[in-house]
Amino acid sequence: MISVQHVSKTFRSGGTVTAALQDVSLEVAEGEIYGVIGQSGAGKSTLIRAVNLLERPDTGTVTVDGDELTALSPADLRRARRKIGMVFQHFNLLQGRTVRGNVELGLEIIGVDGDARRRRALEILDLVGLADKAGAYPAELSGGQKQRVGIARALAGSPKVLLSDEATSALDPETTRSILDLVKKINTDLGLTVLLITHEMDVVKRICDSAALIEGGRIIEQGRIVSLISTAGSRLAHELFPLGAVPSLPGDTVIDITFSGGSADRPVIAQLARTYGLDVSILGAAIETIGGNQAGRTRLALPGSAAGNAAPISDLRSQGMLVEIVGE
Amino acid sequence: MIDPSAPDFWSGLFQVLLVGTGQTLYMVGVSLLITIIVGLPLGIVLVGTEAGGLFESPFGSRRLGRVVNRVLEFIVNLGRSVPFIILMVALIPFTRLVVGTFIGPTAAIVPLAVVAIPFFARMVEIAIKEVDTGLIEAAESLGATRWQIVSKVLVPEALSPMILGLSTTVTSIINFSAMVGTVAGGGLGDVAVRYGYQRYSTIHMVAVIIVIFVIVMVLQALATILARRFAHKSRPARAEKALPALRESVITGA
Repeated sequence: MISVQHVSKTFRSGGTVTAALQDVSLEVAEGEIYGVIGQSGAGKSTLIRAVNLLERPDTGTVTVDGDELTALSPADLRRARRKIGMVFQHFNLLQGRTVRGNVELGLEIIGVDGDARRRRALEILDLVGLADKAGAYPAELSGGQKQRVGIARALAGSPKVLLSDEATSALDPETTRSILDLVKKINTDLGLTVLLITHEMDVVKRICDSAALIEGGRIIEQGRIVSLISTAGSRLAHELFPLGAVPSLPGDTVIDITFSGGSADRPVIAQLARTYGLDVSILGAAIETIGGNQAGRTRLALPGSAAGNAAPISDLRSQGMLVEIVGE
Repeated sequence: MIDPSAPDFWSGLFQVLLVGTGQTLYMVGVSLLITIIVGLPLGIVLVGTEAGGLFESPFGSRRLGRVVNRVLEFIVNLGRSVPFIILMVALIPFTRLVVGTFIGPTAAIVPLAVVAIPFFARMVEIAIKEVDTGLIEAAESLGATRWQIVSKVLVPEALSPMILGLSTTVTSIINFSAMVGTVAGGGLGDVAVRYGYQRYSTIHMVAVIIVIFVIVMVLQALATILARRFAHKSRPARAEKALPALRESVITGA
């Protein structure tokens, strides 16, 4: 649905040159929620703004729903943007318009007539749970409500893609969850493809099907979350299940086991103890529900060297678990 | 010297004031209208042709944008720096060309508009610069054309400070309209000079000051309330309540 190919963007201000994006490529499949995570200054904001060409890349191509945006004339680009809704960190609502007026903005731009516009706006406001606030002004709303208006505005023109530029970063944790649930609901009910950027791992955990890690203007790692968690050495997986620093335990082998899907509810540790007579100690564990499935990572200390523990480790691997030896 | 005890003094004063006020309102009203019609787009183009602005490259040419910006900046600065009394006299040939004469209230409209346009354009520029660029991005992301961004985002969102700017503008137009009166433009300034100064009638002078003061006060109150109404910083219910209070103040002239 969204294809970004070899996009680079450099900013020059005064004497300093900043390479915000360096040869970035990513593919977002239809109907999925794709999260780009990175710290501030990593280039994620430039990346999402390049998708609807609010920021035109220096090189590379951006294709959304079959339209190669980077090749379109200004008028065609405006038409193509109507298929791409966008929500912003600071909501960007017009203060002088009511909630309904804000939602109608996009429809006015397309040229929908007054009556149809009003009906559509109320329908969408109902969807985001703000039907009773149609006549209120943004100044009277809470942050979460403002973002719901932002989402309603983005959805009014029935886009195929929703871009979310740190939509929950200005919100408290509880409101963040409710907004994320709303995004998930829209994704499921309307089949909307969502590309979001965030600096919060929780956002990725809660709603994303796929994720990319961006750092210094480059994509370090990307893929579907289910496959990322079973990829050895994945930084995203490590950040999804933070286990902290590896302790130094002389004479022991420290292993990280990642479970996902079927292996998650198996009594692994008991099995190890029973079959191999090992005194397994648990150093840490993180369990999350990702994409509706239990997934987790456990750090265990097995007595003896890695070579000595070769049999139990290969046994675990044969059960479909990812086992990484992180210390011995 | 006018004798205040003469039987027709007060009706004469009233008559003179009525005509003077009418002329002033006419001069100020028409030049204000012209000021808005020319100054608003001028202010928008001034902001837009700046680097990174909405019209930074008209017809695809950044150079053209820069030239337009420089030229307009120059004109605005020139218009604002020349003292009005000099501008008024210097404009006489132009006024004669436009109106056919340089005497009378209609002729006075020309220098008044010329001085007010750059003033208001600056106010518009400042007001529009205050609009959050995020709003422009939001409109762009919805596929808005530049014209739609101006008409649906920039102008409505800057309305409140622009109204306040307009009220400052109209106050200076009233101020300058009195000056025009001294060179046979008519209006309240003319009354003050001919009766109050040349014929030593303090009562005429005081009456003119009161009338001008009331006009300025009413316009200022009107602008403040309109600006608050469009700002939507407070709850609209409160602005609703403020309206009857305005009507009262218009009636009583408070």
